[in-house]
Amino acid sequence: MILDVKGLNVDYISAAGAVRAVNDVSFQLRRGEILGVAGESGCGKSTLIMGLIRLLRPPAAITGGEVWLHPREGRPVDIARRTDKELRKLRWRSIAVVLQSAMDALNPVARLSAQFADVLREHGYRNVEERTAELLEMVGISPDRARSYPHEMSGGMRQRAMIALALACDPEIVVMDEPTTAVDVVMQRQILAQILELRQKLGFSVVFVTHDLSLLVELADRIAIMYGGRIVELGEAAEIYRSPKHPYTKGLRDSFPPLHAPVTRLSGIPGTPPDLRNLPHGCAFEPRCPSRFDECAQRRPELLDVGDGLAACHLHDRERTAHA
Amino acid sequence: MKVRIGIGIIAFFAVIAIVGPWLNDLLGVGPWKIDYDAISQAPSGEHLLGTTSQGTDVLAQMIAGTRNSMVVGSVAAIIGVVLAVVLGVTAGFFGGKVDAVLSFVTNMFLVLPVLPLTLIVAGYVQDTGPVTIALIIGLFGWAPGARTLRAQTLSLRRRDFVMAMRMVGETRARLIFVEVLPHLAGWISAMFLHLVLGAVLAEAGLAFLGISSADTVSWGTIIDQARQVAMLNGMWWWFVPPGLCIALLGTATGLVNFGIDEVMNPRLRTADIKAMRKALA
Amino acid sequence: MKQGKGRFLTRRVAFYVATAWSAITLNFLIPRLMPGDPTSVIVRQLQKQSGESIPPEAVEAIQKLFGDPRAGLLQQYWDYLGSVARLDFGLSISRFPTPVGELLGAGLPWTLLLVGTTTLLAFAIGTGLGIAAGWKPGGRLDGFLSPLSTFLSALPYFWVALIALYVFGLVLGWFPLGGGYDPDLYGRPGFLGSVLEHLVMPAATIVFSAFGGWLLGMRNMMITTVSEDYVLLGKAKGLSSGRVMFRYAARNALLPSVTGFAMAIGGVLGGALLTEIVFSYPGIGYLLYDAVSKRDYPLMQGVFLLTTLTVLLANFVADSVYVMIDPRTREAGR
Repeated sequence: MILDVKGLNVDYISAAGAVRAVNDVSFQLRRGEILGVAGESGCGKSTLIMGLIRLLRPPAAITGGEVWLHPREGRPVDIARRTDKELRKLRWRSIAVVLQSAMDALNPVARLSAQFADVLREHGYRNVEERTAELLEMVGISPDRARSYPHEMSGGMRQRAMIALALACDPEIVVMDEPTTAVDVVMQRQILAQILELRQKLGFSVVFVTHDLSLLVELADRIAIMYGGRIVELGEAAEIYRSPKHPYTKGLRDSFPPLHAPVTRLSGIPGTPPDLRNLPHGCAFEPRCPSRFDECAQRRPELLDVGDGLAACHLHDRERTAHA
Repeated sequence: MKVRIGIGIIAFFAVIAIVGPWLNDLLGVGPWKIDYDAISQAPSGEHLLGTTSQGTDVLAQMIAGTRNSMVVGSVAAIIGVVLAVVLGVTAGFFGGKVDAVLSFVTNMFLVLPVLPLTLIVAGYVQDTGPVTIALIIGLFGWAPGARTLRAQTLSLRRRDFVMAMRMVGETRARLIFVEVLPHLAGWISAMFLHLVLGAVLAEAGLAFLGISSADTVSWGTIIDQARQVAMLNGMWWWFVPPGLCIALLGTATGLVNFGIDEVMNPRLRTADIKAMRKALA
Repeated sequence: MKQGKGRFLTRRVAFYVATAWSAITLNFLIPRLMPGDPTSVIVRQLQKQSGESIPPEAVEAIQKLFGDPRAGLLQQYWDYLGSVARLDFGLSISRFPTPVGELLGAGLPWTLLLVGTTTLLAFAIGTGLGIAAGWKPGGRLDGFLSPLSTFLSALPYFWVALIALYVFGLVLGWFPLGGGYDPDLYGRPGFLGSVLEHLVMPAATIVFSAFGGWLLGMRNMMITTVSEDYVLLGKAKGLSSGRVMFRYAARNALLPSVTGFAMAIGGVLGGALLTEIVFSYPGIGYLLYDAVSKRDYPLMQGVFLLTTLTVLLANFVADSVYVMIDPRTREAGR
């Protein structure tokens, strides 16, 4: 285990009050594992990973919980409680990040080489130029492109350069926030294949956030489904896809075409994502749920073990009582 | 809060400008009334802000001057805003050749130094009353506003709802007046305030250079007259108030614009961040 | 890529040439658009002002300003363009028969010294403080600097100059009351020192009134930039906050500031000219005051042309800096 998240809360605080975007989220990330996090926009998945690496922008802030990092060397660290200064040494060495759009995430006025050089120097690398060339080659970019500015590269190349940059200091965890939404489908396949290959070679763990569940099935070892700021289902990727335990997961699965199968009928989830300022009293998914019953509106289901993974749904209470 | 203070100050000057003459009557003073017993007097119970070297009451002049300064400011600002809206929105909305020509003219006026340009025009014009001055200032002050409005209109035009209205076949006039202009209201009001201040400053500058008519009194003319006499005699009560009023008006517009900016550009909002710091402390 | 930059600058130069031509043409048209016979109006005005009759040469100089009425407008325009090309702005009326060009030539170095140093200084100070204020918006520094600069940037330059002159010149006597140098020291060893001594107060006034505007502009740009993804990534990399602040945030926030610099220079110049007048500084501003108060139209127009050309040149310099610091050099910018 490399990362142990316990009861993490993230709030958006304004003069009018606080809105909880990430609510009591707990999970563990294993060494070398790819954990997918999926959900509709606004479900808190991006806020969650920004909280994990303490990169929340005001007015978002961690208001509770623990994020224990177990690094290769040294003692475990609770990221949620370290000062910014203490975190600096861990950043990029232990946890690196790949953002959604490399166009926005790369400094537009600096050459690629400079953006590799500053982080390499910061973390004590000496042979900066060779290392940069090595990293670029790893993602299939010719090393002489290091002299380019971001705007001089194609979208796919920029995104791959971002990944190379994330691997610069040989991190233990790479957090990826929808890294393939800004590129076309062909490029998306290439990048996913590359991530898998690099993970094989270098052994880092990945937290991969996307709204596209079918993509995660190809990539992730385990998948967490988020809804209304909470994890509503967590389990093995194949299992989640084959037999989702939560009606929301099922809806999510059926609204995307599988990457590797003939396109069947797609059905979206009716209704709209919940308003975080005004969540239902019971299950957050209840208003949109096709299998809801009385209980759902009254009591919020806990995330419990349902055999092949965890799910937060009253349907499984029934089964449990039926079995008992 | 900031915005409220700003609006309060602007409202204060506006009220003074409107009721000025009555206020002076009420106080029993007049801008041209000469008190031969009190020449170059420091502030006292009788003359709250003291008197000038001619024996006129500084407070009375300030009150009368507020009206003229505000008239110049608002007339110039109205002219400037109208020009900026017409040129900026047209350029942004129609694009193409219209945009190319209008943008060229706008960019040109943007780089021409306004003060010398205003000066030579004002220098040739024989009548230099407040309205004429306002006209000239407004005529040369629209360019920055037009530039902003053009950019905003361009981005509005690309937005879904305007696109949709176009497809539905709305007339251009209706689109501009019903869909585009209301969305620019924030920018336009910010621009208006900016222009008021710019015009008050420009009028003061022109008066300072001696371009004003002899029978009007404004904040600028007071500074101009005070400069020649008050400085050497240490009559601070004469030249401090007009400058302070200009600065106050400027601060007020700045404060209001802070507020408008924060509404138009949510990234600039600092209130939330403050609330967060407080909540976490 | 290099070609793109070249093309950008070429286009800007074309724009400035067109603008300069428009200003020159405007300068030609304004006097001619005035109703009636402007020459006689001005001559009468001047006579009333000075109480003595105007020498015929001066009348001729005024006449020349408006062109020979017998010649066609096109011919007049052609002659006018020729004289502008020869830097011949006619003869000054208030200091007849000194050529306007000569007066401008004498004043220009002083104005460049004053406005050049103060503009750069105000830009540097304002931008520096703006970076600090915008890095932590709503923080203690921002809470102090932003309202302060809102107030300062609203102060009329010449009024600040008056107050400074009154307090530091008259009451405290720390600085000379006016002029650009001590005439007794002209050409002697202490000359440079006296130039500096006379520079301090006008320069300080301009910096004081101008830096607030730069501060606010840079602050707002910083706030916008700080929430960009690349700044976040800089932090994620574990770089020091100083490095993220300057190399990532400020470096990018500076770009629009440079464009703003180009546009604001005209306004700053106007304010500086008024400041010169307060301190009787022997630059273009003082000439302008003379020209306006004595209705010296040729001199007025000469000042207008000179300031316009100076501002255009400054704009071109700002453009070149922009090209140097922005690798993208957006064609569509501004």
